[in-house]
Amino acid sequence: MNRFLSSLIALVACLPAVWVFADQPLHEISYSRDIKPLLSNSCYTCHGPDEGTREADLRLDVRDVAIDHAIAPGNPTESELIARIASNDADLQMPPPESNRPRLTAEEVDLIRTWIAQGAKYDEHWSYVPARSIQIPQDNNQSPIDYFIEQRLAEKKISPAKKAAARTLIRRLYFDLNGLPPTSAEVAAFEADPSDQAYQQTVDKLLASPRFGERMAIHWLDLVRYADSVGIHGDQEWSMSPYRDYVIQSFNENKSFDQFTLEQLAGDLLPNATREQKIASGYNRLNMITAEGGAQAKEYLAKYAADRVRTTSTVWLGATMGCSECHDHKFDPYTIKEFYEFAAFFADLEERGVYSGSSRSGNWGPEIMVPTQEQEDRLQQLDQQIAILEKELTTHTPELANDQRQWEADLPEITTWQTLKPAKLISKPKVTWNSLDDGSLLATGGNPDKPTYVLEFSTDLSKATAIRLEVLPDDSLPAKGPGRAGNGNFVLNGFQLSVDEKPVPMKSATASHAQDGWPANGLLSEKPSDGWAILPKVGQANEVVFELKDDLTLSPTSKLTITMTHNYGSSHAIGRFRISMVDAPRPVLAGQGVGIPAKIRQIVDLPEDKRNQEQQQALATYYRTIAPRLDQAREDLAARQKEKKQLNDSITTSLVSVSTTPRTMRVLPRGNWLDDSGEEVQPGVPGFLGYDLETGDQRATRLDLANWLVDRRNPLTARVFVNRLWQLLFGRGLVATADDFGSQGSVPSHPELLDWLAGEFVASGWNVKHIIRLIVLSDAYQRSSARTADQKEKDLGNSLRAAQSKFRLSAEVIRDNALAASGLLVEQIGGESARPYQPPGYWSHLNFPTREYQRDQGDNLYRRGLYTHWQRTYLHPSLAAFDAPTREECTVRRNISNTPQQSLVLMNDPTYVEAARALATLLMQQGGESPRNKINFGMQAVQQRNATEEEAKILLDIYDKHHAEYAKDNEAAKKLLGVGEHKTPENIDSADLAAWLSVSRVLLNLHETITRY
Amino acid sequence: MFNHSEAAIRQTRRTFLGQGMAGLGTAALASLINTSSALGDDKSGPFPNFAPKAKRVIVLCQAGGPSHLETFDEKPELKRLNDQPMPESFTKGQPIAQLQGRALKCYAPRFDFKHYGESGQSIVSLFPKMGEVADDICIINSMVTEQINHDPAHTFMNTGTSISGRPSMGSWVQYGLGSEADDLPGFVVLTSIGKGGQAQPIAARQWHSGFLPSRYQGVEFRSAGDPVLYVQNPVGITAGRQRDVVDAVNQMNALRQPALDDPEIATRIAQYELAFKMQTSVPSLMDVSGEPQHILDMYGTQGADGTFAANCLLARRLAERGVRFVQLYHRGWDHHGGIERSMQICASEVDQASAALITDLKHRGMLDDTLVVWGGEFGRTPMAQGSGRDHHIKGFSIWMAGGGIKGGIKHGKTDELGYNAVEDIVHVHDFHATMLHLLGINHEKLTVRHQGRDFRLTDVHGHVVKDILA
Repeated sequence: MNRFLSSLIALVACLPAVWVFADQPLHEISYSRDIKPLLSNSCYTCHGPDEGTREADLRLDVRDVAIDHAIAPGNPTESELIARIASNDADLQMPPPESNRPRLTAEEVDLIRTWIAQGAKYDEHWSYVPARSIQIPQDNNQSPIDYFIEQRLAEKKISPAKKAAARTLIRRLYFDLNGLPPTSAEVAAFEADPSDQAYQQTVDKLLASPRFGERMAIHWLDLVRYADSVGIHGDQEWSMSPYRDYVIQSFNENKSFDQFTLEQLAGDLLPNATREQKIASGYNRLNMITAEGGAQAKEYLAKYAADRVRTTSTVWLGATMGCSECHDHKFDPYTIKEFYEFAAFFADLEERGVYSGSSRSGNWGPEIMVPTQEQEDRLQQLDQQIAILEKELTTHTPELANDQRQWEADLPEITTWQTLKPAKLISKPKVTWNSLDDGSLLATGGNPDKPTYVLEFSTDLSKATAIRLEVLPDDSLPAKGPGRAGNGNFVLNGFQLSVDEKPVPMKSATASHAQDGWPANGLLSEKPSDGWAILPKVGQANEVVFELKDDLTLSPTSKLTITMTHNYGSSHAIGRFRISMVDAPRPVLAGQGVGIPAKIRQIVDLPEDKRNQEQQQALATYYRTIAPRLDQAREDLAARQKEKKQLNDSITTSLVSVSTTPRTMRVLPRGNWLDDSGEEVQPGVPGFLGYDLETGDQRATRLDLANWLVDRRNPLTARVFVNRLWQLLFGRGLVATADDFGSQGSVPSHPELLDWLAGEFVASGWNVKHIIRLIVLSDAYQRSSARTADQKEKDLGNSLRAAQSKFRLSAEVIRDNALAASGLLVEQIGGESARPYQPPGYWSHLNFPTREYQRDQGDNLYRRGLYTHWQRTYLHPSLAAFDAPTREECTVRRNISNTPQQSLVLMNDPTYVEAARALATLLMQQGGESPRNKINFGMQAVQQRNATEEEAKILLDIYDKHHAEYAKDNEAAKKLLGVGEHKTPENIDSADLAAWLSVSRVLLNLHETITRY
Repeated sequence: MFNHSEAAIRQTRRTFLGQGMAGLGTAALASLINTSSALGDDKSGPFPNFAPKAKRVIVLCQAGGPSHLETFDEKPELKRLNDQPMPESFTKGQPIAQLQGRALKCYAPRFDFKHYGESGQSIVSLFPKMGEVADDICIINSMVTEQINHDPAHTFMNTGTSISGRPSMGSWVQYGLGSEADDLPGFVVLTSIGKGGQAQPIAARQWHSGFLPSRYQGVEFRSAGDPVLYVQNPVGITAGRQRDVVDAVNQMNALRQPALDDPEIATRIAQYELAFKMQTSVPSLMDVSGEPQHILDMYGTQGADGTFAANCLLARRLAERGVRFVQLYHRGWDHHGGIERSMQICASEVDQASAALITDLKHRGMLDDTLVVWGGEFGRTPMAQGSGRDHHIKGFSIWMAGGGIKGGIKHGKTDELGYNAVEDIVHVHDFHATMLHLLGINHEKLTVRHQGRDFRLTDVHGHVVKDILA
């Protein structure tokens, strides 16, 4: 056990504080450890911190009050408390039967009696006093962790489990630190040399691997409720992936946890904030938000504020401050006022209560662009080219002057739009139409889904260059129209003009207004889902103008047909419209009138020598916008501008914090957002933790909060964080309730160890990898997870850690493990979220808008689970089956369940069927000649060991049986081999492969394959 | 809170998992039980606390918020005041959804009401079939809720809070009582989209188990694709070959048990058996081809086509198979505009099937121990919103039937304009308390410790509505 000496000597030598081991006699009863949990659970609801529900003015959580009424220190028989809790008289006994609080057992009453006899000493709740400085004895030559663990085991006379077998240990380490299994070769190498040195080298390798950040991110993203959608009602997508990548990168860089804290809570407030720090501040924007029509901003701002308090207090303080939204906390000293003071830190965020976004690029509040280097370079190039072209387009030349004179001479008479009255209007399905005096048509009566309108006209015009569709409001339409959807909108997907049955090609379509994502040129697209819509400009007129590709020659007998199609559904059809045509000089654009602007016409009508310089310039400027000589430059400019816009649109964005004038925050009595009677509050921290902000008269900011959280005096932050690390590495924290360090939470199984680790964490500069390294190098971590009868008898729940724990892998890691075993895994750090196979129709209950999941192609199908698109209201069903949280709320501890749905996923989800095929291919190609060797190869792939004879027999039996079946039914084999995109080599025997696929399915479904021991 | 060894805490109750555990060795079972007793959260049970009236629940959720004024709450005075300003005494300072900042005018009910049955219950004339079962249903006209937008209001109706991450009522009931179904989940959700009004998005949160273990979660049965996600074999895999895989997995898992000392292995084996059974039981449940024509006609469905009517029939089949909690969603009730037409459409989709479910259960002698609930997440304003009505939470209607409910009565009242519930007010928490009571559960005893607090479906509220109990 000397190996720790070397690694710790340097460390101990530089420890700043004096570590004093507080050796309390075991028989002394501690209020916070032994008594408070009892009183809290049974009495505090009515006799605790919450003034609102306090009975008989008695509180038992404050000694001065308690000894005044109910407790006589040193004298249990004189103590009313004892009389009441021990009483069997229904009128006297506490808690009263109707309160539904648990009665105290005889042993518990005795404990309280003894405590009173010992003087009823109150000490503070263990987690609210600073971690004690603890010194390890000089002669200790083992890991400090083992020092504490083995001390407790010795007290209970439990002998610890032996060290885990090399394979088990190395698999555990890989899963815990990287979330992926070791390769067979890595396991074999460690089995050959399982020395402490080899182990330590492996630890260092895994901590240095970029996979480490991915693994840690899985946990952190649960805490901060990272997702790819807004979570409420329409659950529309937003873009946040740069934040996820920031988390991965931070863990990989081993960013100190205090810095990590500052950047997330207040990255935007740091001096000269970097792009990375701004991305980090997206933490404050990860709460669910709404875009539901009719939501009240004030109500939702209150919800968002409360959500931030719940999450931030849980993540950093292990506190359940959410309980004090409506009243003072029942068990812990948080007041309702402190809840709103905490919320006030976030009142400066620029945000809206109700958003109006409908898509990923929607309007979800402040965001920044996060281009790749390549994108950044191209943008710069484009900007340069655009500048050159713009210059060309604004430079007057003699050639242009000549052209202009000719143009002036040829200018036609002014024309106006001619309204076309349809001779016939047929709708499928049927719609009833009213013809109005202004030439427009108004739909009445039934509103069938996805109607097509077909209109027929004739016209007196002999020539036309453009056609116009006006959509007009009407009081009879929902929200005054012009559409027939409840909000007055519509989606028009097609507009086709034909003359004598021949389609007329269009040059362009422009609209007076188009909704984000629904541009006018969608009407020219071949894709049936593209189209034009007009939110939010409903209840008013809008138009779309189609400039014809070629001038159209017409005669009075020409038969004009217009076909308007609606494919969107949900009542989104046009309710009132009017059609007109014009013969006007090009370009003809929406919202600009036709011909040339009146002001320009006036100048043209002046003789050249009567024009002043200003007029000459105005005319020349106008002419350059239509001059054929500049067509190329204009086209080039438009193309570059389009590319720039496309590039900008394709650049990933990330929601960030932006600080603005803080909203007024007040206490909401009973949490009621309509009640403005509560007192106004300023940002502030819970008062009982012993130190305050040092901001003087200045309003405290999020940065102040962050600094307060990572202040050395904070008794909670470091303990809470190291406890969660322990939870990751042992399946359960030293404080089992990692999400609640308050009175109702568990007490630490090893308080001194927790304090030592917390102290070490802060002293090391909040060094996350350092703490993980310490833990995984301990003997306790490396023990077997199989437990002896004696261990179970003496410590049922293994809270003293005589053995390691065993637990099923997390949802993401189960996926990663299968992809790794089958060679399909595509490792790439970060980027937009990936969309693996998902059952069709799984999103059919989403609306605003309705959506169908589009899975990715190629590499993105094989990314690690943590990159899976996280749709809050419909999380990917494979992940959900294995207890991945929806991330609607902060999750500190995932459930670990064992359900039939999990079996269905592993057996039938195409991801796992495809992985089985890929693994089958590998074992046929690389598994050696004999079937027995192939079996070993397969078992190596999933569990890094050879199959036993018994196992091999089971697998060979299924292989033989299925091989015979598939040889007879080759069609079935081929169908099965068609699951998934991954290519199977062509020369492979399909019956053979299908049979090995069955074997691989078995291997991927094994309990040990998905469990970390 | 719940780690994997929690698996056995409730092994005495029959849950979806629980049945699978029947095959566990006694030693494994004993160790599981011992481990879990250390967690000691089992004190409030066992359930039921007293003899239940209802063994199962079917909730016919009309998502979007059906107007009480056009369904079960007749308001002649509102008709009289049509198009006149809504008296400010009603609306001042009240939360309002889409009508924020608009002129508020009374809007007469669009349809006449009729009196049905011996009880003479007044029900909108659009619902003649529900009229035929008027004597079986108890109409509550004094419902109130706390959330005025769809998503939080649904969450409130299903979980008793608008904060995400809490268990839904079906999960609570599963947790308390377990399931009696042998090879089906105990909590099943079916959805359909109506043609009237915009289809409400429904989050999976509405049937999530929240902080309860995920086996208490509702399982969605779908009308298209796999009826339950991943329940169908991959192409090219016959039932026989799937069986071979399950057998091999289970045999190999059993072989490793001694070396690994892992009680989860026994559970895992049971779950593979159960999963395999589901692969047959779910498709057979969804296959209604054996139902006689007169039954299909009574519901008004051709078969399992994803309509609300088809789902009502499936609900009965699920109830017959011992499924504890069935929830049906019809998603077309958000009638901000064109309420008249939309109500007609919704009525055509829902009236006959809802009534048929009552009748069918009655014929089979199952209505007595099946609680049926019909209603949405809120009601709609007495004020006009164009040709429709806005969201409304201060008074609305639902009905309950069977399972210990007194039929043929109305409970509670709203004021003369149908704005505020004024008599015998029934809050969502009271509804939950009553539902649990009918299932034999004291709603104050059904608790789970999470983050240091004992959570209940009814939070710290809820009163059993005694007047409506049979």
